[in-house]
Parts: sequence; C-alpha cells; structure tokens
Amino acid sequence: MMSAREFDVAIVGGGLVGAALAFGMRELGPRLAVLDEGDVAHRASHGNFGLIWVQGKGLRLAPYGSWTQHSARAWPLLATMLRELTGTDVALRQGGGLHLCLTPDELERRAQHFVELFGQDGFERYEVEFLDRAGVARRLPAVGADVAGGTWCALDGDCNPLRLLSALHDAVGREGVVRIAGAAVDRIEPENGAFLLHRGRSVMRAGRVVLAAGLGNARLAPMVGLVAPVVPNQGQVIVLERVQPFLPFPLETIRQTDEGTVLLGDAQADRGLDEATDPAVLAAIAQRALRALPALRDARVSRAWAALRVMSPDGFPIYGQSRTHPGAYVVTCHSGVTLAAAHALTLAPAIRDGALPAMVAPFSSERFDVRAAA
Amino acid sequence: MFVRLPDLAGEFIEFFVDGQPCTARAGDTVAAALLAAGHLACRNTPVSGAPRGPYCLMGMCFECLATVDGRPNQQGCMIAVASGMRVETQRGARAVVVDPDAGA
Repeated sequence: MMSAREFDVAIVGGGLVGAALAFGMRELGPRLAVLDEGDVAHRASHGNFGLIWVQGKGLRLAPYGSWTQHSARAWPLLATMLRELTGTDVALRQGGGLHLCLTPDELERRAQHFVELFGQDGFERYEVEFLDRAGVARRLPAVGADVAGGTWCALDGDCNPLRLLSALHDAVGREGVVRIAGAAVDRIEPENGAFLLHRGRSVMRAGRVVLAAGLGNARLAPMVGLVAPVVPNQGQVIVLERVQPFLPFPLETIRQTDEGTVLLGDAQADRGLDEATDPAVLAAIAQRALRALPALRDARVSRAWAALRVMSPDGFPIYGQSRTHPGAYVVTCHSGVTLAAAHALTLAPAIRDGALPAMVAPFSSERFDVRAAA
Repeated sequence: MFVRLPDLAGEFIEFFVDGQPCTARAGDTVAAALLAAGHLACRNTPVSGAPRGPYCLMGMCFECLATVDGRPNQQGCMIAVASGMRVETQRGARAVVVDPDAGA
C-alpha cells in the first residue's frame, strides 16, 4: 500500500484566494500544502483588473458591504507585510476612486442605487460624494465633455494584481509551505475525520481541506458535503500602450497601472456577459472609455483579454464549513483582490484555528440549499 | 558598429534624429537607419529608465519605439525612413494630451 503525504491543511487552488489563505496560515510551514492546478487552470487571478473597490457593493446583502470595508481597511497592513517579507511592492493606492456615469440616466440610477444600498437594515454606511460634470472635472480634468457625473469614494483604490499573486506565493514559500503544481484534484475522499486528495495516481492526506479552486469548487464541494454553485462570468479587458501618468486614481472601469499601461474594462460586463470573446464587446468598452477620457483617442491598443469571473448565484462570496465533514471548508468569490486582505488576515487564521469568523456567517453556502430556501 | 553591405543599392537621403541631420538609404526602415547612423538606443523604458534600441527588427519586440514626425511610440522597424523625416528619441512613456476642451 502506497503511503500518502500528510499535511495538517491542504488548500486546493493557488490563485488569489488560495494564495491569500495560504499567506494567513503560512506559519504552518511544511504542514500546509497549496495545490495549484498549473497553467491549464482558468486563472481568474491572471485576468482581473486590480481594483480594491468598496463603493456601491452590498445591495441585497448588507454584510458584504462591511466585509468589503473590513478588507479595504486591512489592505495597507497586507501590503506592508508583503513588502517587508518579500521586498515586493504591490503598488497599493487607496486614495479614492471614481465611478463615472456617462448619461443623466446612469447618474440617476446610480443615485437610486445608493438610496437602496444605504437604506438597508444594518448597512455600514460610508461617505460617497455625488458629483456633477463640473465636480468630476475638478478631480479629473481629462474627463469628457458629455459625461453626466459620477460618484467618488475615498475608500477605493487599486494595486498591481500580478505582483500581489507572486508576492503572496513568495511569502508562503519562504515559510516552507509545500506548493504542489501541475495537476488538478480529481477526487476528495473523507476518511476518519481527515481527507484523501487524489490527483492522478498520487494521493495525499490532510487533516483539513480548504477549497479555493474558483470554478473548480462547483465540482469539488459536493465531495465533502458542501455546495458551491459557481458559474463562469466573462469579463473583457483592453490594454493600452504605456503612457505617462495621467490618471492619479482608478476609475471603476479605467485604471492606469504603476508602470503606465492603461486598462479598460466595463462594469456593464458584470451582468449577463458570459458569451465567447466578442469584438463588439471590446468596441463598446473602447467607446465608453473614449467618452469618459477623450485624451485616450490616439493611444494604441497593445492587447485585449477575456477572463472568467467566478460567480455565485447571488454574486456574493461563499464561505462555509461542512456540517457532514467538519474540517472541510469552501471559499469562493469574484473579488479576489479587494478581499485579499480579509482572506489573508481574518479568514485564514480563523480556519487555521478551526472555525469560520462570525463576520462571514451571512455568506454560508447553506443559503443555496434548496430546503433552506423552501 | 554597423556597416552597410556593399551589394545594396538605393539613393542616400537625409533625415533627422533629435534635430541632427543623418544619412539613410531609401528603403531603410527607421530602425535600420538609426542603427546605421550609430544611434543604438532610441528610447528609455518607462519602467526602469534603461536605454533600449532596435532588437527584433520585425515588429514583435516593441523595443525600437521612437517619435516619428511628431507621432510618439512608433515602431521604427515597421516604418520606411523618408527624406526629411524627423525622428526623436523617446524618454520614458509617451504623454497623452489632456485637453480640457476635448469633446466640447
């Protein structure tokens, strides 16, 4: 009989969610394993926009607003720790962010959104500044003439998400955490309170297992008595050539990286866009970007990409521990950058100690249980 | 540094690098003309500031970016040099022109 490698905790998934969790449990050292599928993975972490975004989030689930703010507040500490532990600067900026509304109709809907958001019981309120075009132009002189206005929130920011992912893995590796790459987990088999993870012909045993496999969680969660009904939701991003710094803070759909490239996305793609790559979508993104910032009209496109968000039925994260197989956890979200600090500094230590923190109770996967909903 | 092959024909033309007259041969790319004229570096990278010059000469590496006749970030290896052309070496990233009246 082949003997299995033994770990206290196995994290399935080495993207931003898995890496942030591993960071928060890194003192387990060689008793912690991170299983990373490798380059065949969908890798939402390699496609994201890099925003640390608070404003507007939490409609229909007020605690999501609090959780997001909690993470945004913890972000400076995470960035400092990563710099001290690895020397990597993840280019964190948290001086505020702007959501632009191109038309009066969009501005009106934005205002209505905040009325509903802030009107919810228990919503942890924050300052949002409503700006007409002149107000936007004071913050952003480059704004287009026919932009109706926007909302400004001082809690918003951005970072370099690729450096974040690499710094997390670097910090984790320095503690001797075992990273196993190159094969997906085929099957998880509960065994005497522990878990056997089968990958091809190899098997390993872990006392606890944390599913952070993005879209793969949908398949893996039922093996340990959890549900994670996540589906792919496609987003597309256009990347412009490097230009001199002209955008000192991120817009929700346009940001300039610390190295000068300009990313164009569009929150409109958040809803209902899970089709294949579509030049018409890219054209629409470019058109809206030019209305927002006409100065970009002669900047050249370097590349464009599409990536798959990991979307739950209600769009909110799923955090759960299995009732039937205690010690098995599921963690999934589509804001792996914004929530990285909360995952690393709050969620991971709690899972290491054997329970989910009270703050994440509203995000239990049991909300998707048919019997609970009936 | 670079020496022209003797079997290539083509008339000599004058162009300008940072305002200084240089000689090229009709049919040269801007990148080849820069190298032949001894300008090995045509820009500094926006990230580290390191000097860079034409490398792949076939449109892939984007190392030969320069300002050509006032247009920034042009790939020198993809453009034929022309008589009187004004090539400027580029320090860091190009600017975007923020015109407060844009779109008005």
